[in-house]
Amino acid sequence: MNTSTITPRAASADDNDHQKKGSVTKPGWFLVSPSVLLLLVWMVVPLGMTIYFSLIRYNLLNPGENEFVGLENFEYFVTDSGFFPGAMNTLLLVGSVLAISVILGVLISALLEASEFLGRGIVRVLLISPFFIMPTVSALIWKNLLFHPVSGILASVWKLFGAQPIDWLANYPMLSIIIIVSWQWLPFAILILMTAMQSLDQEQKEAARLDGAGPIAIFWHLTLPHLARPIAVVVMIETIFLLSVFAEIFTTTNGGPGFASTNLAYLIYNQALLQFDVGMASAGGLIAVVIANIAAIILVRMIGKNLTDKS
Amino acid sequence: MMTLKQSRRLQSVLLGSLSWVIAALIFFPIFWMVLTSFKTEIDAFATPPQFIFTPTLENYLHIQERSDYFHFAWNSILISFSATILCLLIAVPAAYSMAFFETKRTKGTLLWMLSTKMLPPVGVLMPIYLLAKTFGLLDSRIALIVIYTLINLPIVVWMIYTYFKDIPGEILEASRLDGATTRQEIFKVLIPICKGGLASTALLSLILCWNEAFWSLNLTSSNAAPLTALIASYSSPEGLFWAKLSAVSTLACAPILIFGWISQKQLVRGLSFGAVK
Repeated sequence: MNTSTITPRAASADDNDHQKKGSVTKPGWFLVSPSVLLLLVWMVVPLGMTIYFSLIRYNLLNPGENEFVGLENFEYFVTDSGFFPGAMNTLLLVGSVLAISVILGVLISALLEASEFLGRGIVRVLLISPFFIMPTVSALIWKNLLFHPVSGILASVWKLFGAQPIDWLANYPMLSIIIIVSWQWLPFAILILMTAMQSLDQEQKEAARLDGAGPIAIFWHLTLPHLARPIAVVVMIETIFLLSVFAEIFTTTNGGPGFASTNLAYLIYNQALLQFDVGMASAGGLIAVVIANIAAIILVRMIGKNLTDKS
Repeated sequence: MMTLKQSRRLQSVLLGSLSWVIAALIFFPIFWMVLTSFKTEIDAFATPPQFIFTPTLENYLHIQERSDYFHFAWNSILISFSATILCLLIAVPAAYSMAFFETKRTKGTLLWMLSTKMLPPVGVLMPIYLLAKTFGLLDSRIALIVIYTLINLPIVVWMIYTYFKDIPGEILEASRLDGATTRQEIFKVLIPICKGGLASTALLSLILCWNEAFWSLNLTSSNAAPLTALIASYSSPEGLFWAKLSAVSTLACAPILIFGWISQKQLVRGLSFGAVK
């Protein structure tokens, strides 16, 4: 993690530039520009179109009627009966999956680091596996093989304890989605945090132990501060992906019953490709962009500091 | 002395067993999926769920029956590999120049690239859908290849950037003094040194492309649909094909799962933008 050498190295590269002319001089912008241009186009063109669409009446079912309507689409989207539950569910999903994956992630990786035991490598592999399963597969496996009220595993566990099996996706749709999504993202947190913990200085830990610090004190004063940056990384990456959870809802509940498990991503998809209302879907899309950007500004600032200002 | 040692051992055994229990619980859905893929449809739906049964390969042998599995698998392979190669070709020069010719703007550019990941796909769903429609690219592999290249580009640039950063500047200086051109420097010096890093970057990109399920569900129907879309088609309640679903899912996930197991250490680095190594 020593990036402290950045400055001298950059300086020496510059020196070289002066010595050598021609091919080596300033390849910088020429080489970066394809990436920057592509990403710029990828951001600006569709976003510009979304802004334009959001201001006109545009339904694929009534082509030709494209007059300017101002902020009407935003008004309709925000007052749509799906908007409030959609926004709430989005926050609920992001918040609870983040909480679950960070808290359990820290605890589980601390548990794994606490002692040597037989097959720790295998345990590690088992713990991170769900992260590599594609979202449609995990959603359908949970829906059919685990949540199913008659033949699912959970139904038989409930019966084993003499309880009435639960129809998870029908009665607790949002909770079920949260469970599925957490199952996918907790392993990601474990993967990152476990690796981060291994880089913790063992001698420091040993010294603290010899000074009479208990395991809890060591965890609190040594391990947790060491994990600040990896936790920030986990929060940032998961937020990016959790804001646009789609496939898990698409394949299990279709956002229902009612709007009980609709998040903003699914609501916009619903407006766009099921009701063909391009204008309203675009207005919704922009609202989603604004929400993501508020999160982004906060997070990038936080992480940006963490990533670049390494001591 | 003895008691302290014993209590330490006891503690280790207890914590170890707890870890095993948690790992088994978290892994269980995958284990159950693989197990179910070897059952008959009747066994798969049996109550209570059966742990002991006569295994059958029927589901794998008839994998082509319900839908053309190999068509979807081929799409997944083609799309993921093309997007990954394209992405690396664009990202390596950018990472090279940012890592070795740092300017005041480099950090800003890197963070800006990262921030494009913050653009939620639903925000641009409509324009992309309509553009694809206009250019006749709905349900085409090209559309997905282009989109996957672009959505993974920031992560790939970041990841390669952190690998390049680890190379001592002296090596490049030496090669430059020997008269190497920029191209020689990249192909003859950098790429051979960073082989491992580039491989794990490619692997991460492959994993992300393979599992992507927003654009593939919205922009494809049959012709260009990858495995994610094929599996989504099993969600329709036309009948209970749990064993077949499990077999198809197992096949679709196995390669990526193995990739992930092999490269977990390097993936951490890529996924955390170099912050965790």
